[in-house]
Amino acid sequence: MNVSSLKAAAPNAPAPLALLKHPLAKPLLALFALLLLDLVFIPGFFRLEVRDGHLYGPLIDIVNRAAPLMLAALGMTLVIATRGIDISVGAVVALSGTMACMLVGGTMVVNNGVPEYVANTPMPLALAAAMGAALLCGAWNGVLVAGLKLQPIVATLILMVAGRGLAQLLTDGQIVTVYYQPFFFLGSGYLLGIPFALWVVAAVLLVVGMLLKKTALGLFIQSVGINPIASRLAGIRTATLIFFVYVFCSACAGLAGLMISSNIKSADANNAGLLLELDAILAVTLGGTSLAGGKFSLAGSMIGALIIQTLTYTIYSLGVPPEVNMVVKAIVVFAVCLSQSAVKIRR
Amino acid sequence: MNAILNRPASLTAAPYFTSLVTVLLLAVLLLAGGAAYPGFLSWQVMLNLLIDNAHLLVIAVGMSFVILSGGIDLSVGSVLALATMVAAWLLNVAHWPPLAVIAAVLAMGFAFGAGMGAFIHFFQLQPFIVTLAGMFLARGLCYLISVESITIDNPLFVTMSQTQLGVLGGFISPAAAIALAVLAAGIYVSRRTAFGRAIYAIGGNEQSALMMGLAVGRNKILVYGFSGLCAALGGVLFSFYMLSGYGQHAQGMELDAIAAVVIGGTLLTGGCGYVAGALSGVLVLGTIQTLIAFDGTLSSWWTKIVIGGLLFLFCVVQRLLSSRSQQQ
Repeated sequence: MNVSSLKAAAPNAPAPLALLKHPLAKPLLALFALLLLDLVFIPGFFRLEVRDGHLYGPLIDIVNRAAPLMLAALGMTLVIATRGIDISVGAVVALSGTMACMLVGGTMVVNNGVPEYVANTPMPLALAAAMGAALLCGAWNGVLVAGLKLQPIVATLILMVAGRGLAQLLTDGQIVTVYYQPFFFLGSGYLLGIPFALWVVAAVLLVVGMLLKKTALGLFIQSVGINPIASRLAGIRTATLIFFVYVFCSACAGLAGLMISSNIKSADANNAGLLLELDAILAVTLGGTSLAGGKFSLAGSMIGALIIQTLTYTIYSLGVPPEVNMVVKAIVVFAVCLSQSAVKIRR
Repeated sequence: MNAILNRPASLTAAPYFTSLVTVLLLAVLLLAGGAAYPGFLSWQVMLNLLIDNAHLLVIAVGMSFVILSGGIDLSVGSVLALATMVAAWLLNVAHWPPLAVIAAVLAMGFAFGAGMGAFIHFFQLQPFIVTLAGMFLARGLCYLISVESITIDNPLFVTMSQTQLGVLGGFISPAAAIALAVLAAGIYVSRRTAFGRAIYAIGGNEQSALMMGLAVGRNKILVYGFSGLCAALGGVLFSFYMLSGYGQHAQGMELDAIAAVVIGGTLLTGGCGYVAGALSGVLVLGTIQTLIAFDGTLSSWWTKIVIGGLLFLFCVVQRLLSSRSQQQ
């Protein structure tokens, strides 16, 4: 995908210097710089091996762990493209994960002397309910932003505060553990040797990417981000579009919540997806999407998510205390902001 | 006043209308609590609201200024935590005298905030993203100092946490008194000084403020510096309260502060509202918490849900009011 979009911009710009002007050039360079650092300092970083028919290795690990963040960043990209922001992503993650874990649960039943775990509710139903909750959250945000025309940050702040409270209320403040085997597949299963979570991300990315490229949807979103009033006058249903963008963002967050809770085999309403919205926003900005709306890149956001996860992995592997992680992240945000700033420092 | 009474429609359009609603809401909450639980309406319970929320009141005053100027500061909770951490470290490890520690912490808070303000002004960045980075940075710095909680046993801090100042038969902590003083200073600065007027002007319309010849940049940097200073002072008060420094103190408090300011009737788009609203906002949040504590059977998570509901209510009311006044 990255390659194709690079090619698309390349024909008129054969010189390597012009290639640097491509919007994806900076994020890609940052990622390569990080990987280069890992190549030098972490032995065996690029080693891939097949164990039990599954691919293993640090790279796979990074991509696998980045999956929920990639999903959240996907939804966030579209929201930011319409000049909005959604800070309720973490709360939605907690809510959908909690719903799924509570409904699936898992009780031990002894069948002919063999202990077996049975789900409390059929798993498809539980997953559907969790996604339904996420969609409702998105619809709530959408109505506030598109219908009542509240500032996006305030509108989603409401759910950010209340959502985690709701999740805590559902679980009575306890961590809900799941014992039902099939549920774990979503977060830690493998399909054709590749982590299942990645297939999910790829599928969502493919569908959304096609929708944006092959229909006018991408153009509409861009135009709403650049000038909502002009877009409405030009005949775009601005409110409907914005509403669905928030619904989509919450759906992505809900899916990420399922993935996270399935991966840690429990729902922790207090900590699941904590600060995920901020990481997602960071991933989106790292990918070159402007926070002022209008200009966005799905591929960039994916690279941004990978940069964040690679950074985290590198920090852990280098033996730097994990506490430094937040400081490094802050410095990266400042650096990215500066590089995006319209104001050029006079020499 | 007469004109307002004669035309009931203009009451809802008055700038103090949402603040009035908040005060009414506070009265209703208190009366409901008094009716439901014996002893709820005692003087000391009211004063405890101030004692338990002194730090929140101080950061809400700082946040009021930022929001009035049309910005937002997401870093205050982390700066508060960083202030407790730095204070504890300077006292316990560096063995500084307590007053020097407090001065250093306040200076750090101001510098931190002003630094973010400078980023926002000079590079024309969005306050949201800059203060977000500031939030990461301050929390990260906390953990760099120590991942463990550091106990504070300095005599001055201990005295401050145990002193009781008598007020009409009840008592408040020195921290609460300081918080009220900050509030009073905040109200004075916002209503009576050139700086205060400049903040309202910038929040109302930055372009116009610039064309009027206001020093927009300097005032903006000062506003964020003031918010950082308030957050650091909140941290000092919080360390009087908790007698410890810890990187996880005040997790999510920036949102409580924003909620308090919004519930207090300040318009989030800037330019309209009162610093005094911070007090009613903080008291409403505190009353909800006290109600839930008095009930005893409700999960404490109801606090979050009720705050979310109130935020929703106030945003919608503000929205409806502002759209109506635009039509007129």
